[in-house]
Amino acid sequence: MSTNTIISLPDQSTARVPKVNYLSKENGILSWLLTGDHKRIAILYLISLSFFFFIGGALAGLIRLELLTPQADLMATDTYNKVFTMHGVIMIFFFLVPSVPATLGNFLIPLMIGAKDLALPKINLLSWYLYMAGGILALYTMVTGGVDTGWTFTTPLSTHYVNTNVLTTGLAAFIAGFSSIFTGLNFIVTIHKMRAPGMTWFKLPLFVWAHYAASVLMVLATPVVAIAIVLVALERTIGIGVFDPTKGGDPLLFQHLFWFYSHPAVYIMILPGMGVISEVISTFSRKRVFGYTAVAFSSVAIAVFGFFVWAHHMFIMGISNYAVIVFSLLTMLVAVPSAIKIFNWAFTLYKGSITFETPMLYAFGFMGLFTIGGLTGVFLGVSGTDIHLTETYFIVAHFHFVMVGGMLMAFLAGIHFWWPKMTGRMYPEKISQMAAVVTFIGFNFTFFPQFILGTLGMPRRYASYPPEFQILNVFSTAGASILGVGYLLPVLYLVWSLKYGAVAGDNPWQATGLEWQTQSPPLTENFLKTPIMDHDVYDYEWLEAQKEKEVASAG
Amino acid sequence: MPDSHAIAESAHETAHQAGHEHPSYLRHHFESVEQQADATNFAMWLFLLTEVMFFGGLFTAYLIYRNWYYPAFVAASHQLSIPLGGFNTLLLITSSFTMAMGVWCAEMKKKSGLVLCLVLTLILGLGFLGVKTIEYSEKFEKHHVPSYHYSLNSFLNPDSDEAAKASGDKPMALDMARHTEVYFSLYFAMTGMHALHMIIGIAILGFMIFRAQAGAYTSGHVTFVENFGLYWHFVDIVWIFLFPLLYLISRH
Repeated sequence: MSTNTIISLPDQSTARVPKVNYLSKENGILSWLLTGDHKRIAILYLISLSFFFFIGGALAGLIRLELLTPQADLMATDTYNKVFTMHGVIMIFFFLVPSVPATLGNFLIPLMIGAKDLALPKINLLSWYLYMAGGILALYTMVTGGVDTGWTFTTPLSTHYVNTNVLTTGLAAFIAGFSSIFTGLNFIVTIHKMRAPGMTWFKLPLFVWAHYAASVLMVLATPVVAIAIVLVALERTIGIGVFDPTKGGDPLLFQHLFWFYSHPAVYIMILPGMGVISEVISTFSRKRVFGYTAVAFSSVAIAVFGFFVWAHHMFIMGISNYAVIVFSLLTMLVAVPSAIKIFNWAFTLYKGSITFETPMLYAFGFMGLFTIGGLTGVFLGVSGTDIHLTETYFIVAHFHFVMVGGMLMAFLAGIHFWWPKMTGRMYPEKISQMAAVVTFIGFNFTFFPQFILGTLGMPRRYASYPPEFQILNVFSTAGASILGVGYLLPVLYLVWSLKYGAVAGDNPWQATGLEWQTQSPPLTENFLKTPIMDHDVYDYEWLEAQKEKEVASAG
Repeated sequence: MPDSHAIAESAHETAHQAGHEHPSYLRHHFESVEQQADATNFAMWLFLLTEVMFFGGLFTAYLIYRNWYYPAFVAASHQLSIPLGGFNTLLLITSSFTMAMGVWCAEMKKKSGLVLCLVLTLILGLGFLGVKTIEYSEKFEKHHVPSYHYSLNSFLNPDSDEAAKASGDKPMALDMARHTEVYFSLYFAMTGMHALHMIIGIAILGFMIFRAQAGAYTSGHVTFVENFGLYWHFVDIVWIFLFPLLYLISRH
């Protein structure tokens, strides 16, 4: 084995994937559709999420193709509005919000805290069904005419002026919201009540801390958007006047209610990703996460601050100047805990024994791109620059740097990192490293030009633009096709690895988490007997001692 | 570890033989009945927290518009019947009492007492919805339901309206009178959402009565009854806030 990797696989000539595991315990489609096992539900989510991701991705491809030329020539402008709206709706409600929590969180939280399952397995299954119901309804609205309000359903456009499927799309988001609420609720209860003996709060992996913070946001913020959607629906159907200025209502109230959820939702999307990055960075630099407590509390701080910044989406929408100043300052405050995380990861890397396996490459991608995304967020939090940059491509580039460059990188890092645990088999290392690099290059090609376009003043949400912006748009579209390849590759080789991948063994990364101390793929009960957490979290010396003990007893 | 499952099975067996019998209602992934009760109870409180946030959006809207359009809100609130609303408050508080008695009966393993309490709660809940129907139908008759048929007559010309006349309302300027529609929007949204929660609660109550008769909650497993009790009390508390906010605006 070469020195530049930490992968340690069992002898491939004798190793086998354990015959009895959560995948093989029961067979048949019903055993999946009626399962209570958090690991199986995670796999269900993974499959359905990937499906929606590629639908949303195809829509993104259409957007970029339309923007290849300055004229609206690929599709009618109305169609373009529908395409970007559905891209937003599907990517946000059916991919980004549930992405890491519903797949990796579902799979790993019970394993990481030494529990047999989430506290409420039936509720967990229910949330998958709600997710699917919402998703199918969203697809139905798409094929029966779509919706063109933007994913924000802004009133009075959504209540008075469009004839598209606002109601059904709203209902889809509403249902998906309940799925998210139940997932968050389940995580909080599980983390509070199901921890193994010895697993104190400060021995929890940072992945669990991040999910805890995100769950608090899911539970507290999502109901507010639910009631906002209900009010939009009532306004649209029977014409109640809560958001209607002609009756004395205020459309701005809708924005307050909507962004009170949708800003924290950004942290629902990014916090679990940060949890993934903490695990990956620690494992591949063979060091305890620097400033564990600070990183843990920074997750909570992001969740708390996240509730007090929503009006920065409304600086140009008629809120008072005083409100602008207050929300501008509060917005900059969120940069502090985010920076704490980035700095602590950097210090974890410092003097660590760094290796460059695929998850680590994605994690590096995350650190760079999220930092750019986060810092441009500060530009937008300052009202002076925001008024210049808002509704331009600068915004589009900013949130894609955070969401795609941040969250999607983290999602892929996590999928690769825990793939051997989920399936018992390794993904092919070389090609996946290539995919990570391709993704990074494609991403920068796609979205960096949009920062420049935004500062030059190209507005978002239009199918046509002045010809002088074409060169940068061509760059962006070309980058998007590279990015598309970067996302298709993992699907191909991960599916391939299910049958042909090397047998992973219990702990291919030599990682310290409890999830790595059980077989891969795990048993339905997760552990043979309830584990006892008698060492510290990220304790690599304990792991070494454990290995020596095994060698001694085997020898 | 090909034989790990066998080990897991046998570990489970020994745990059983070691003495502590598991009651049938203990789900496999919990260590003990206490942990299960503790976890589901905590989950219920969290769910109620999400409900608080859900209604919180409506209360925020109410707060803002009441401050902006206070005279319209006062005049519109005079269209509600305090006796009917008060009677409904009484019904709900009583139903909370019978529900609490039901939880006590379940804990004391009194099956017939539990069934009786649940039936009483159900009847009181239905009574509440019945009174609400009477109140709603009156709004329909007077065209106070916000929509294209909304009528400002009671506020522009209070002498033509009994309720407005009885409260001594003065005729309002058209500009302010129009905002009574916002009040009724909120009235229907808030009481409608509350009624929806009542309907869901009554459906669950029906299911529980059926199960209670089979003795499901009187064998020591009371968490479901307890958690439903929490939900019922929560819906009750929402009404306790709605009643003064909607009915008693001008009565201090």
